[in-house]
Amino acid sequence: MATQHSRSAARLMMTPAVILLLGWMLVPLTMTLYFSFKRYLPMRGDSLERGLDWVGFENYVRFIGSSSFWPSVQATLLIVGGVLVITVVLGILLAILLDQPFWGQGIVRILVIAPFFVMPTVSALVWKNMMMDPVNGMFAYLWRFFGAEPVSWMSDASVQSIILIVSWQWLPFATLILLTAIQSLDSEQLEAAEMDGAPVLSRFFYIILPHLGRAITIVILIQTIFLLSIFAEIFVTTGGSFGTRTLTYLIFQRVVDSQNIGLGSAGGVYAIILANIVALFLMRIVGKNLDQ
Amino acid sequence: MGRITLDKVAKSFGDVEVIPPLDLTIEDGEFVVFVGPSGCGKSTLLRLIAGLEDVSSGEIRIDGEDATSVPPAKRGLAMVFQSYALYPHMSVRKNIAFPLRMAKLDAAEQSRRVEAAADVLNLTEYLDRRPGQLSGGQRQRVAIGRAIVREPAAFLFDEPLSNLDAALRVGMRLEISELHKRLETTMIYVTHDQVEAMTMADKIVVLRAGNIEQVGSPLELYREPRNLFVAGFIGSPKMNLIGGEIAEKHGAPTIGIRPEHVTVSNEAGEWHGTVGVSEHLGSDTFFHVTCDGIEEPVTVRVGGEVDLHYGDKVWLSPDPDHLHRFDKAGLRIA
Repeated sequence: MATQHSRSAARLMMTPAVILLLGWMLVPLTMTLYFSFKRYLPMRGDSLERGLDWVGFENYVRFIGSSSFWPSVQATLLIVGGVLVITVVLGILLAILLDQPFWGQGIVRILVIAPFFVMPTVSALVWKNMMMDPVNGMFAYLWRFFGAEPVSWMSDASVQSIILIVSWQWLPFATLILLTAIQSLDSEQLEAAEMDGAPVLSRFFYIILPHLGRAITIVILIQTIFLLSIFAEIFVTTGGSFGTRTLTYLIFQRVVDSQNIGLGSAGGVYAIILANIVALFLMRIVGKNLDQ
Repeated sequence: MGRITLDKVAKSFGDVEVIPPLDLTIEDGEFVVFVGPSGCGKSTLLRLIAGLEDVSSGEIRIDGEDATSVPPAKRGLAMVFQSYALYPHMSVRKNIAFPLRMAKLDAAEQSRRVEAAADVLNLTEYLDRRPGQLSGGQRQRVAIGRAIVREPAAFLFDEPLSNLDAALRVGMRLEISELHKRLETTMIYVTHDQVEAMTMADKIVVLRAGNIEQVGSPLELYREPRNLFVAGFIGSPKMNLIGGEIAEKHGAPTIGIRPEHVTVSNEAGEWHGTVGVSEHLGSDTFFHVTCDGIEEPVTVRVGGEVDLHYGDKVWLSPDPDHLHRFDKAGLRIA
């Protein structure tokens, strides 16, 4: 990549990819922005051919003024935060466990990754019908076995249920990344700490955890990007009721259920802003961690 | 105080016996070097003393007290690792203070001891840097600093200089020797480099396959190697070991003669040969001479510069006072 010639060749080679990516992102973004300032109700006969009425910021005011907006932001942050805490904490513990030498290590490691390969829709269905069903589910059976009243998960503990399902899906990802990070820790450092008189817990907090810092921030960053947009798990289980209506789900309802494309588009713009605020925070944390 | 006694200490990993039962006493204040080829069990022995590995049988006593099942931190020993094992996310100051912090010393005492150690090791201006910003030699000094502040009964060094370049190694060698003279603490030092062993040790322990081949001061080992292995391992360049008829003439199955104890002559001598490759070091010159009736080329050391060239015919004579004789089993004949 040194000469003038090879640089321009490189630019030429990258052009198709850049154009494709730009088109992929810019077209939907522009359309969303455009619709968000229009009155667009297909069921009432609005269509692009007949022209859409310009309504200014009305859609934005209505979306944010709706009684379901703030609860949906809250639900989004609750679910994302809950899943992050569970996957990171359990991921670290699992990674430490899997790092120990034991018989059948290879097979166990592959099994641990398995949930990541299950499609979100399928895993949500399995959890809903096989595990959490208040009559026939495994949990109901377990509860009854100990003489307790089965919990109707989807209505009484809806947010927790969704956090549980999504955590189950993302735990393998966190475990895998943290496991590779733990494996890169120099064992002499742990031995040095042991000689220095650090007991097991101190070794964990002073040596292992700081070593994992970078991997943890990467796990948090990548997971947040994907968790902000979880949809299938909610659609299949609670359908957005019982306080599980996230911002993504609210936008879906505005566009598909209420057939209000303008209002949904305004919601989409809010979602972009929220995602960017979160990303900004995360990038600063990650950037600080990667500098070291 | 730091008198360490190993009593029939043995170590096996599964069915493999790495160290057969051995006895060894390290006196207080001694600088002991474990030396041997790689895989001879010298690092394992050090880790047994440190407590990082459990002994399979036998007893380790530190200052007369049984320490066999005492955890590493409670043995009062400090270790410097081959990779230095510094904590990368902590500053030099925090690295050195770590053992003190674990011992829950108060902050004033901690910083007093860290400053003192940094002063001894010339690290004062680097205290607030991270290990990643230091050179190899500086990192090595931080690792030593972390060991010093604990004021241990003995220091354990596990090949501490093997990651440094040649020039730095000579410097650090002197610094560690200097440190030993000043602290007068027991030091156990593991290396595969016999030069390090010869220059630093009060007492050398030569190991092969977990067995102690010989224990003694550097000069004892140099003058009277107990067997062929020690004879070939100690000394640089290596001792010439000669078998066959020529050895029989001197009354032993194998004879050994160090390169510095062979005289070269153009006219007469005991062995006749042709000069091969020569290595000129300025102060000394090493000749590799192929002699009639001797399989390996004989290495000869001559002081200063000598006018001998590739292909020249020469006569060699071993100094009879410095001739080593070994029997069939490879043991020294006194």
